[in-house]
This record gives sequence, structure tokens and C-alpha cells, in this order.
Amino acid sequence: MQYADHISSDLIERFGPDVFRHQVTADGVLTLWTGKENIVPVVQYLKSNHYPLLYDLCGIDERDRAGKETFTLADFTVVYHLFSFRHNNFIRLKVALSGDYPSLPSITSIFQNANWYEREVYDMFGIRFEGHPHLQRLLMPLTWEGHPLRKEHPARATEMGPFHLYDEKQDLEQEMLRFKPEEWGLQSQGEDTDFMFLNIGPQHPGTHGVLRIILQLEGEEIVDAVPEIGFHHRGAEKMGERQSWHTYIPYTDRVDYLGGVMNNLAYLLAVEEMAGIKVPERVKVIRVMLCELFRINSHLVWFGTFAQDLGQLSPVFYMFTEREKIFDIIEAVCGDRMHPNWFRIGGVAQDLPKGWDRLVREFVTHFPKHLKEYNDMVLRNSLIKARTRGIGVYTLEEAIEWGVTGPGLRACGFEWDFRKKRPYSGYEMFDFDIPIAQNGDCYDRSLVRVEEMRQSLRIIEQCLNNMPEGNYKADHPLTTPPIKKHTMQDIETLINHFLNVSWGPVIPPGEAMSCIEATKGANSYYLVSDGNTSSYRTRIRTPSFAHMQMVPYISKGYTVADLLSILGSVDYVLADIDR
Amino acid sequence: MQHVWIVLGVLFVFLNIAAGLIWVERRLLALWQDRLGPNRAGPLGLFIVLADTLKLFFKEDWIPPFADKWVFILAPTVVVASVLMGLAIIPFAPGIVVADLNVGLMFFLAMSSLGVYSIVLGGWASNNKYSLLGALRGASQMIAYEVFMGLSLMGVVMLSRSFNLTEIVAAQEKIWYVFLQPVGFIIFFIAGLAETHRLPFDIPEAESELIAGFHAEYSGMKFGMFFIGEYLGISLISAMTVTLFFGGWLGPAFLPPVVWFFLKTFLFIGLFILLRASLPRPRYDQLMAYGWKLLLPLVLANLLITGAVALWLKS
Repeated sequence: MQYADHISSDLIERFGPDVFRHQVTADGVLTLWTGKENIVPVVQYLKSNHYPLLYDLCGIDERDRAGKETFTLADFTVVYHLFSFRHNNFIRLKVALSGDYPSLPSITSIFQNANWYEREVYDMFGIRFEGHPHLQRLLMPLTWEGHPLRKEHPARATEMGPFHLYDEKQDLEQEMLRFKPEEWGLQSQGEDTDFMFLNIGPQHPGTHGVLRIILQLEGEEIVDAVPEIGFHHRGAEKMGERQSWHTYIPYTDRVDYLGGVMNNLAYLLAVEEMAGIKVPERVKVIRVMLCELFRINSHLVWFGTFAQDLGQLSPVFYMFTEREKIFDIIEAVCGDRMHPNWFRIGGVAQDLPKGWDRLVREFVTHFPKHLKEYNDMVLRNSLIKARTRGIGVYTLEEAIEWGVTGPGLRACGFEWDFRKKRPYSGYEMFDFDIPIAQNGDCYDRSLVRVEEMRQSLRIIEQCLNNMPEGNYKADHPLTTPPIKKHTMQDIETLINHFLNVSWGPVIPPGEAMSCIEATKGANSYYLVSDGNTSSYRTRIRTPSFAHMQMVPYISKGYTVADLLSILGSVDYVLADIDR
Repeated sequence: MQHVWIVLGVLFVFLNIAAGLIWVERRLLALWQDRLGPNRAGPLGLFIVLADTLKLFFKEDWIPPFADKWVFILAPTVVVASVLMGLAIIPFAPGIVVADLNVGLMFFLAMSSLGVYSIVLGGWASNNKYSLLGALRGASQMIAYEVFMGLSLMGVVMLSRSFNLTEIVAAQEKIWYVFLQPVGFIIFFIAGLAETHRLPFDIPEAESELIAGFHAEYSGMKFGMFFIGEYLGISLISAMTVTLFFGGWLGPAFLPPVVWFFLKTFLFIGLFILLRASLPRPRYDQLMAYGWKLLLPLVLANLLITGAVALWLKS
């Protein structure tokens, strides 16, 4: 907080008092509005003054907003989130834009990773970024009409009229599929060689989902690579504007589909921040325990598939057997396995079932032994070492430049874990270490993940031994579903309960951003409420998006086989990239 | 007449082994991977062999319009033919051999070298980038490992002073060559793995990188030929390992020689499958470096020492 005041006065001193307008937000992040002519110098200044990470960049269509505040006279807003590791501090810059299809200067010259973020904003809102090297749609098909996150764009297919594939349309779509290297910024000829272009995906066993990577090859050596994403785009952000605050929770489950309830947590932390709900200790510990189970789960999937990418066929079966045991626990607690939809605004859906501790204890006792076996089988294998050491290397500076978080960042020797540094949901109560490695290659990223499983196990053990007594829901009017205790006694409580259940809770106007250490890196929900039953804007910042953007950078000069090691070690989930 | 029976017998037995390996491999892999494997059709799931073969026969046998049609058709036959020819010189028991050639070993090496054609031609004729990459990898891998395979066997030839396999087996009456030529055995087996492009040397196929590599475009029985060719190759290398290093049909008298031969052979087939279950795949250039920088000097040293010792013993 103190540093926020400091940087605020520092900025005002440097750029003058009229350049910024200060906004108070529910999450306490320093939020400054500025004009589009100032954004480049301000971002430049912040980057050189301890804000090296462009954490997120998104747009907001402000035209429909109820009860506009004085500074949101704009039609559109572009929001920049920068993060300072040194001061452990976020700063939020907002640029107000007017007009139907406004434009503003690009910051790609300052931050490499702004590239995809700006393309996404263009794709979703039609806002143009001047000076962007390749401003093209990112998630939607090139032939798409309209920009989905604009308020006039329908959210349901039923609002769009029937779909017809006329011959002309089919021809056009077919033509759009034709591969022209130049359009992708690739040259077909080198100085004395012709390059070969190889399509990895959208259907390929090594891409772990519908992802297309176009490789420019010289022999087997990768000259350049261009990922094409968006095949898994389901409009999760648009759905946030349609669903009520409560009914959006199941959609979050499916963003990082290996992270399960961890997505619920990221979303709910932001909602609870705005609603001002303080959850009981028991809720915190239940949430932490389930999140850590899912972290182990996600890492197990990564471990098995990573080995399989390198040609080792068996580990994936052992890992999935182990994962099944975790699912047994999750199923006993939540009633569902991969997408339990278990957390609620102000609590969890139900209390822990009888006998949960026996299941967890059994797992905690057996898993370490098995994990050691798996580690010996995969990471101590010399062929695996030969395939992953010194492959896909990036330095700490490069990692930050590209917005890498999570195990990929810790593999560069940087001890940064949001659970420790910005504790949420009671992580400050737990005793665990942040595993790090030094080289930033595929092997080190793997080491970090395996050690993370051990640390997660420690956390689960602490949850098991110290589960606090108490309610599984917060005693707050916005807790959803509301506590029923008083409803049959007085009419006010009954009405509140009825409205809360039928319409869903009304979250007070404001905005908040959560930030959690998800399975793959930092995951955030940046929510804007205009005092309605659903969110005005739901922005999901996912780690995989940033990591995928970096893949071409770290795979140049390696071979096709190495690309598979790199993709495996980056550990992404397509739904987490495309949302 | 007896000769015809032997030919037919060898064909029958080995084609059945190749087909049966479908079941053996899946069940063994399942066993090692904590799974069940095929266990529905027939006793112990044995009819999976039938189901799989029928499936291969009835699948659409598609030749891509962009492929080089005749080469495309030719390629899968080469692998099966060359491996079957290779089987002709193996003595299963005293007197049971299709062709008792005095240059048997050379004939085997020649036939196994021919196998590379099917990969190169198949990959090239498919006119597919993945196939092409697979074919490129396959060609360099198999040519390189052909060298070590030939050299690793010369120690055996020096000791037995014969290229004839029946004589080589007979020469192991006192002691199996695996004890005299351990380095030769290990290198031969590694080269054999590379020849049959099985994991960890399945680099031309590399399913997680090249999908199926050189045979990505094949379907139906043409794919089936590659499939059978691979299993026949495993059987051939296993049989050769047994013949050259493990005394072929030799064994205590309570079992007939043929049974000893096949028992030993199946042990090695099992080893092939175990390796597939346990090892990851090296990168193509690593495999090459491993071959030329480690195996070649080793095999030459082995040859030199064997030769020296043989000369010394003789004098």
C-alpha cells in the first residue's frame, strides 16, 4: 500500500497532476486513469521503475454500464495490469477511449508479450492498436463478423439467426484455410535453402488438445514457429456477462480443466472482495485442501504426458492410477471428479463428509513412496535427461518479459509463489517451501513440478491435522445459497433469501482482481460489477496464454523432437489459453 | 518333399508368431502398466488376434491421390519379403533349416539391409511431410546401425570360423558365445532394436512427434504388412540372437531342440516388449552420436581383441 502511494506521487510528479485520475477499487490496487497519448511513456516509465511484468491487458465495453461513474464517460476502456516483484505490487492503468471503433498506441515495443494481448483486445472489441506489428484476430476465425465482447454482439447462438453454409461462404472459408507463409510472417526461402513448413496440429498427439503450430523447418531444425490458437475458445468471458454471479461458477471449472476447484477459488476471491465477505477459517482450509489435491492432480497429468511425449509409454498409466485415487477423495467430498463446481460465494457447497479424513490420510501416507518411484522412473532416467537438459532454455529476464509465472518462473531460480508472497485463502497459515531450480530448461521445470507435488502434500497433511471447526458458509447476506436458519422466522430474511436464490446475489458496484497461484501459474479474475445480478465484465487472466505466446521464442534452433519436450515442459491446457 | 514341408512349416510358424505377438505384446504391456489389456474376445482375449487381422483386411485400403502409386504399393511388401527371406537361413534344430547356406550370416545381413528400402520408399511415395521426415530418420538410423550389426557379428565368425549358422550353433556346444562375446551380443541386440525400429529406437515412427512417421498414410492390409513386418523383424532378431549367442537349439536333453530354440526366442521377444514398456526415445541426432561415437569404437575394439586372442590361441 505504501509503495502504491509512493509510485502514485512519483508518477504525478513526473507527468504532471492533470495526467492521472485516481479510482478507488475494492481490491485496493492502485488504479489510475490516463489519456491514450500518455500510455506509452507511462508504461515505459513503469517498466524501467520496477514494474517489469505486463501481467494482463484487457478491454471493457463501457457503453451499457448502469450508473456510470464520472470518469467512465468513455465508450471503451483498455486496462493494463503491471506487476512489480520487488515491491510485490500491482498497478492498474486505464485508458478511456471514445468512439465506436477507437484506437490507441500499441505498447508492443515496450513489452514483448503485449502482442497477443493487444490482438485479443482487437479481436474481442475492435479496438485498434497503432504500431502493432501484426494486428490480426487471435481467437476468433478470420472470417468472423463482429467483435464478441462488444455489448451489441449476441451471447447465444439463438440470438444470431439460423446458420447456413452457402456455397460462396464455404468457398471463402476453404480459401481462408489455404496456407500462405507470408501471411504468418514466414519466409518460404532462406539465403540458399527452401524451408519446409510443417503443420503440427490441430490434430496431433503431441499438442495435448486442439492447437496448431506451424513450423518453419530447415531439415529438422526449427527456424520459426507460429502457434495458432482459438480452436478451444468458448467465450468464457462473454458467458460471465450473461450468467448470474452464482451460476457462473461451473464455467470457471472448465477454464483450466485440470485445475478443477482452483478456478472457482480465483473467481470467488474477486467476488468476495467486492461483496466484502470474510469467509470462516474452516472454509479457507477446506478450499486450500481441495486446491492442493487438484494441484497434485494436474501435475500428475503433466508428469505422465510429459514422459509420453518423450516416448516413455508406461508412466502415464501409473500417474493416472494415482490420479484416480485423488479423484476418489474429491468425489467423496464434492460428488464430482474433474469439474466439481464445489466452492460457493462465501463458502463451499456442503460440509466435508464423514470419514473424509480417513481417505485423505490414506493418500497422504501412500503417495510419497509412489512419487519417489515415479521420479526415479522418469526424471532420473538418463535418456530423459538427455532429451530435456539444455532444451527450451530461457533466462529469468526473458521469463518476466514474456509474462511467465508459476513453475516456469521458479525454474529460472526465482523464488516467487503467490501463495507465499501474496497469501490468499489462508495460505499464510501453512508451512511449505517454494521449490526452485536454476537453469530454466525443460528438465528444471520438471524438477520444480515434482517438488511442488511434495509441498502440496505437506499442505494437505496440515489441513488434515488442523481442520478447524465451524461453519462451511459465511454469515453474510450475499452468501449464496444463503443461510436458511432465519428464513422461517421473519419476512425480511425470507424475501432476501427468495431474491438471492431466484435472481442470484446482487454484488455492489466496483471492481476487483484476484490473483492465485494456480496449477500452471498466476490465474486472475478481474471482475467489474455495475450493481447487477451478473458481472459487467469478467476478465480471465490465465497462465497458459502467456506461456504459449513464448513457445516460438524458446523453440527456435531446436529440432522437431525438442519441440515436444518444450511443449510438454511448458504444461499448458488449451482451454486455459483460449478460454 | 521334406524340404517343402520345412518351408511351409517355417512360414506357418513365423506368420503365426507375428500375428500372435499382437496379443502377446498387448497383454505384456498391460501387465507392466497395471492394466488389463485385451481380455474380452475368446479365452484370455486371444481372439483379439483374429479381430485385429479381420479389421485390417476389411479396412478401406486407401492410396492417397497425391502418392506415387506403384512405389507406395511396393514399399510394404519389401519389409515382409526381406524379413521372411532372412528367416530362411536359421537352423531351428539339427536338420530343420530352409537353406543351409555357407554364407548364411552374410545373407542375413544382406536381407536386413534391404528392409530400409521399405521405410525410405514408403515415406517418399506417401508424399507427406511427416512420412518424409520419418523416412529420412529411418534411412540414416538403419544404415548406421547396419554397420555395427555387421561388425558386431564378426567376432562370432572369428571364433567359429564359419558363416554357416548350423556350424556356428554346433560350435557353441561347449560354451555359448554370449560369454565369449558379451560386447558383440550387446551391440548386436542394440543394432537389432534399431533395425526393427522398436522403442527406444522407434524414431522413424515417433508417434508423439511424427504421428506414425513413414507409414502415416498407410491403411488396411498395406499398413498390416508394416505391422507384420515389424513383428517378423522382432522374431528374426530374437531368433538370430539365440542362434549366434545363446546356442540356438542347444539345451539339456529333457526337451527337444526345437522347443529350446523357441523358448529362448520368446525370452528375447519378451525383452523387446519390456524395453518398449520402460524406455523413452532418444533424439535422432543423439542416437546417431551414440552409434558413431560410442558403438563404433567399441565394436572395433571388440573385433581387434577377439582377433588378437584368436591368433594367440592358435599359435
